Amino acid sequence: MAIMNQDIVKPENLVYTKTKVLTDNVMHYCPGCGHGTTHRIVAEVIDELGIQDQTVGIAPVGCSVLAYNYFDVDFEEAAHGRAPALATAVKRLNPDLYVFTYQGDGDLAAIGTAETIHACNRGENITMVFINNGIYGMTGGQMAPTTLIGMKSQTTPYGRNVERNGYPLRITELLATLPGTYYVTRQSVHTPAAVRKAKAAIKKGFENQKLKKGVSFIEILSSCNSGWKMTPVQANKWMEENMFPNYPVGDIKVDGKIVDKVDINRIVVDHPLTVVNQ
Amino acid sequence: MTEELIIAGFGGQGVLSMGKILVYCAAEEGSEVLWMPAYGPEQRGGTANVTVIVSSERISSPILSKFDTAIVLNQQSLDKFEAAVKPGGTLIFDPNGITHEPTRKDINIYKIAATEKAQAMGISKVFNMMVLGGYLKLKPIVSNEFIEKGLMKALPARHHKLIPQNMEAIEIGKGLIEAVHTL
Amino acid sequence: MAKEMKLMKGNEAIARAMIASGTDGYFGYPITPQSEVMETLMSEQPWETTGMVVLQAESELASINMVYGGAATGKKVATSSSSPGISLMQEGLTYLAGAEVPCLIMNAMRGGPGLGTIQPAQSDYFQSVKGGGHGDYQLYTIAPASVQEMYDFVFDAWDIAFKYRIPVLILTDGAIGQCMEKCYVREYVPRWTEEERRQNAPWGCWGKPATRGHNIVTSLELESSRQEQFNLKLQAKYREMEAKEVKFEALNCDDADYVFVAYGTSSRIAMKAMQLGREKGLKIGVFRLITLFPFPKNEIAELAKKVKGMLCVEMSAGQMIEDVKLAAQCSIPIEHFGRFGGIIPTSEEVLEALEKQIIK
Repeated sequence: MAIMNQDIVKPENLVYTKTKVLTDNVMHYCPGCGHGTTHRIVAEVIDELGIQDQTVGIAPVGCSVLAYNYFDVDFEEAAHGRAPALATAVKRLNPDLYVFTYQGDGDLAAIGTAETIHACNRGENITMVFINNGIYGMTGGQMAPTTLIGMKSQTTPYGRNVERNGYPLRITELLATLPGTYYVTRQSVHTPAAVRKAKAAIKKGFENQKLKKGVSFIEILSSCNSGWKMTPVQANKWMEENMFPNYPVGDIKVDGKIVDKVDINRIVVDHPLTVVNQ
Repeated sequence: MTEELIIAGFGGQGVLSMGKILVYCAAEEGSEVLWMPAYGPEQRGGTANVTVIVSSERISSPILSKFDTAIVLNQQSLDKFEAAVKPGGTLIFDPNGITHEPTRKDINIYKIAATEKAQAMGISKVFNMMVLGGYLKLKPIVSNEFIEKGLMKALPARHHKLIPQNMEAIEIGKGLIEAVHTL
Repeated sequence: MAKEMKLMKGNEAIARAMIASGTDGYFGYPITPQSEVMETLMSEQPWETTGMVVLQAESELASINMVYGGAATGKKVATSSSSPGISLMQEGLTYLAGAEVPCLIMNAMRGGPGLGTIQPAQSDYFQSVKGGGHGDYQLYTIAPASVQEMYDFVFDAWDIAFKYRIPVLILTDGAIGQCMEKCYVREYVPRWTEEERRQNAPWGCWGKPATRGHNIVTSLELESSRQEQFNLKLQAKYREMEAKEVKFEALNCDDADYVFVAYGTSSRIAMKAMQLGREKGLKIGVFRLITLFPFPKNEIAELAKKVKGMLCVEMSAGQMIEDVKLAAQCSIPIEHFGRFGGIIPTSEEVLEALEKQIIK
């Protein structure tokens, strides 16, 4: 006798359910992309903290422009790069709300650099989730501020060249040096263990809003297999081999203090950037 | 009744505050008023001027090219605004530092040696009130009882103790103004 | 009860009216000639009294986006700037219009183009009523001509902004901003309570209760047929405003042979030119636009049937005149007179222009 779907899908067999903070809309993200996973863990954190009715998200322009369709919380859609400005006002006018921005590298670290730095420097009590995949995914794979030296993109078809394009921007380290940031960390979501750590970081970031001590900034390194023109598995491997050395994973600033093992001077000032060969 | 006035001089002579006190007094009495300072680069370089309009009717243009009265407190202002007095209008100047006196014959010209007097009396800070007194002697557009009320409004509370001195300066100014040429 | 009279500058009146009208937040960036708006707010410290938030942003780009973020939570949020800063804000303005977020913006116009000058001008008319940013949208644009109107229009702005879910632009200039006049101040309108905010802005992002779906404030619609429907809805709203919300003042227009058409500072100069002309026996009126959008098309069309000619007085190279001519359908002589780049015309010049260009 054939086993039917309804024989398996029963409450007692459930080992995983989608959190109610995610809507039923089908995500438009490419298979292998880190956005889907990051959406899920942000939504789970909101669910676990019981703050769905007190949370306002700010969506960026970029691949996650439609993030508001997936989170079942009130959401504002910002102009490109301006999410930290929107979040500033939402939080200042509604100090009891939990406010987070969700932005990519082009949005947060190129066009929105001023808004990012000033929101962090003012010490806004918000959580910023920053997806860094080293490329402009939505517009078809152009160079991002975080594109690695030597890395190919649609606008650096022979690889990023320092003379022409300058250096990859390690904005997370830069922000950690500002007195207005309280928690700064870099995580990834490419393995189950990494997802668990990233979720814990996001949770800490949301909980910090109660302390009113400044920005909690969580960078998530993500692959962009379609932009990088690789399979999802290749992309994850490439990320470990190339992104991780340039963007070291782990906490950078905790409870308002730079973590002991992080040499912020070495990272920010000396630019020990490796060149990638694609 | 409409009085269109320009007050001009060096920054620091209290040109703007003199205009402000005048409009506060006139407003207390129920007149329509307007106070329009020249702002921006004109403020720099040491000169200041302010247009004051006091009227029994709704005030139209805040920007004027001709004035019923010009009060000029330095040579540059005299040079600039003598020609802007309407025929039959009034020009008041302080002779201190004036090398070329006004020459027009179709206007009333008065002088008030307020700088000299205020210095002699050691009350340079209320020099502008002496000038205001001289002006009000010629153009009683505000009755006496409202001058003190206007000062109360125009000056911050911490300066209210100076009001008697201001009132005295206004009275001195009234006695100080003298005709140079009248129609 | 009698309203209290105070003397204040136009810029100060805007700031005081914001506090008194129950505004929840102001976000701004300093620029001459309107920095007194934020300076007044900062020295009044309304966060200690009404609870109003005041923040100096890092740029006009940030301040207009703070307005967007804050106003999208259903609160009364405002900013102010002057021409170059307003140019920088155009991105935010088109998003605000596209997301139908009520808010208040004040532009104290100065001479352009570029960095231009800091003296008064009216050369941002096109930018204000013809879009400015991208897309088919309008701002409710209102032009005060006195300190009292600077004050009163802030109160009116909130009614219109929330009734139509539209950004309101108070379009003024350095002259009105810097001059001091009488201003009758009003009783404070308390800021909305949480309940009132939820009632007045059911669309706002104030935290999704279990009783409703999530609110999304966005101007993005990837499906072009739906975006067309949205545009049609916006247009219907603008037509409704044209039918119901036009404001103007006609002075001595009943017996006039000629009229000056003007708004803001220019209208006051025109009033004086009218007085000078009437003293000479010329039957002159002034048609003062109060709302620039919605534009008083019908009223100007009617006026064009009665008078022999119109002179549009603007501190620009000729912008409003295009709408006046369209409204009058060029049925009578309509000419422009303006000074620009920060020069304010005199009433004598304006009267002379009427005599030379129209009466001849």
